[in-house]
Amino acid sequence: MRRQLPILIVFVSGVFMIIQYFIPHESFEFIYEYAMDWIIIIGIFAMLLGLWSLTRVSVSKVQTKAPGWGFSVMTLIGLATMLFLGIYKGNKSIAEGTLFMDIFWNIYTPIQATMFALLAFYIASAAYRAFRARTVMSTILLVTALVIMLRLIPLGPLSGINQTLASWILTVPNMAAKRAIWIGIGLGATATCLKIIFGIERAYMGKD
Amino acid sequence: MTFYERLMQLDRRWIYLAIAIAVIIPVLLPFKVPVYITPEVRSVYNFVENTQPGEIIFLAIDYDPNAMAELHPMAKSIMRQAFSKNIKLIISALSQNGPGMAEQLISQISKEYNKKNGVDYVYLGYKPYFGIVILAMGQNYRIPFPTDYYGTPLDSLPMMDGVRNYDDVKGIIDIGGGNITEYWINYANGRYKAKVALGVTGVMTADYYPFLQSGQVFGILGGLKGASEYERLTKREGEATEGMSIQTVAHLVVIAFILIGNIGFFMSKKKK
Amino acid sequence: MVTDLTTAIWNTVAVFLTFCIFSFLYKDNPFYKIAEHIVVGVSAGYFAALLLWDGLVPKLWEPVVKQGKWYYLIPGFLGLLMWTRFSKRYSWISRFSIAFYMGIATGVAVPLYVQNYVLRQLISTMLPVHFQNLTGIFNLLIILGVLCSLIYFFFSKEHKGAMGLAARVGIWNLMVGFGAGFGLTVMGRVSLLINRVQFLENYFPSLIRFIR
Repeated sequence: MRRQLPILIVFVSGVFMIIQYFIPHESFEFIYEYAMDWIIIIGIFAMLLGLWSLTRVSVSKVQTKAPGWGFSVMTLIGLATMLFLGIYKGNKSIAEGTLFMDIFWNIYTPIQATMFALLAFYIASAAYRAFRARTVMSTILLVTALVIMLRLIPLGPLSGINQTLASWILTVPNMAAKRAIWIGIGLGATATCLKIIFGIERAYMGKD
Repeated sequence: MTFYERLMQLDRRWIYLAIAIAVIIPVLLPFKVPVYITPEVRSVYNFVENTQPGEIIFLAIDYDPNAMAELHPMAKSIMRQAFSKNIKLIISALSQNGPGMAEQLISQISKEYNKKNGVDYVYLGYKPYFGIVILAMGQNYRIPFPTDYYGTPLDSLPMMDGVRNYDDVKGIIDIGGGNITEYWINYANGRYKAKVALGVTGVMTADYYPFLQSGQVFGILGGLKGASEYERLTKREGEATEGMSIQTVAHLVVIAFILIGNIGFFMSKKKK
Repeated sequence: MVTDLTTAIWNTVAVFLTFCIFSFLYKDNPFYKIAEHIVVGVSAGYFAALLLWDGLVPKLWEPVVKQGKWYYLIPGFLGLLMWTRFSKRYSWISRFSIAFYMGIATGVAVPLYVQNYVLRQLISTMLPVHFQNLTGIFNLLIILGVLCSLIYFFFSKEHKGAMGLAARVGIWNLMVGFGAGFGLTVMGRVSLLINRVQFLENYFPSLIRFIR
């Protein structure tokens, strides 16, 4: 029962949702709307699981004095501070102008944005070290990348030609390649979803 | 070790320094570069331009602060264009770290045009499981969002009177930095036939051309270039246009590194 | 930017943390690690507060307590069952909530994936081919590009003969796609750095003006 009943739930709800797509009757719409509504509420509790998991891992590192445990203290301080500031004034706690949002703008945002800004350096370094015209395929990749990058550089009389060529690359061969990838994604995702609905794929259930 | 072999083993921190200089110098010594308008950006601009005052556009601000650099200028330009034409906006923020950032943007732009919450725009905020939220909004906005971001019931907002779902908006413009964009195409356009346009980061731009060609989306703003094109069209040049000159120098440096790397590779191979 | 003492302090904190992250480019160091761990905690706390006020309160608390819709306790209960995941003895109970979510999400996705990622894309590939103008020729290139790229991904048959040729054309086409993606990625990454440099460039002059 511990495994069969969930598989049955997945099958019944999955098949129902497939069928209701083709039957726009009121009664199907009614169940569909409530299903959407309830899933969002369940999802909120599922998201909070991640928070508990983070707390557990950080506390465990501090308790066992694992290497780098001092940094986990910083994580817990950040977490506790934001939780307190986000709750103590009721729903006004997260309004613009509060200490909660000041921390979001002046601590979270610069760190997050700068972490992603590091990628600019990494891509330059990777381009220098790894981008080699060794084979026909890598040469095609390299030449295409150069044409697309040259779009942003004023080339005088050649700018018009380059813009047209870049536009053609994006709307013809690139479009064809990405279309093939999307078709593959669609087929693969459909197969995976059907495997889950029919109980062939059960990894989501975890171990007994 | 020959010169070319030493070139191949250049410490990457010198490359980092070169990129840093390439970005800092144009910031201190700004200059202008031409911006070419592409049809996919122009179609988004024309869509907003042809929307009548009082009609509603759904603007989905689906990115975190890490994608703000490319996507904030797009969101600002579209909001300014809409508010200047008295077009109403319903705004959502389905990316988990984006709602506060979206709220700050909305407050800033709405104040510029003296627009009132609940009358000229409605900010729905965030709910988890964006795929389900997008589907549910296609039935009724009140299913995932019984209240707006500020806790006011949607039914008590004047703008939401008679506005139920995607059928009551002219179209959807999704400005996203992750895979939420796919769900707007798949669910909002796929199931509910809503008109969808995209504003995406540079990384994602190339991936969505198949949907442009098939008509599933009617326009794409791609990265900072797309944002600068839109600023040029709305005749209000800002951060994106300033950024394009810096992009030019940085791209030149990256191209130079690629060419030097290849020259070094082939010359050191030749020597062997 | 820096207009008063409060903004001066907050912007200085933001600039300090920005440089902590940039210091990683030289080498890994405690400043970078502190900033990294702080952002994890702050983002989790921010998200939790958001889930409470934007999620639980309007979707569960208000319907049950203020509107008397007691049936909302059912999804609330199912959500709580998720939390048994952490118990070794009772983790099997969480499967019911997960099963409900998985069934609905996959059932909704199946017809839409087939329609939008497969059928619509195939329909849009059926383009008129002619040699009267460039459009007809480009349409032929699109059809060949999609077909050959799909053939490349078909690994059930060996890529020999005509199939091998088609697969080779397919991988060349895919390389064009990846090259285009790389070119646009460079622009995307550099944009993120530009934003940070512009932030720093706005901070220092405004701080100096404030101090004066």
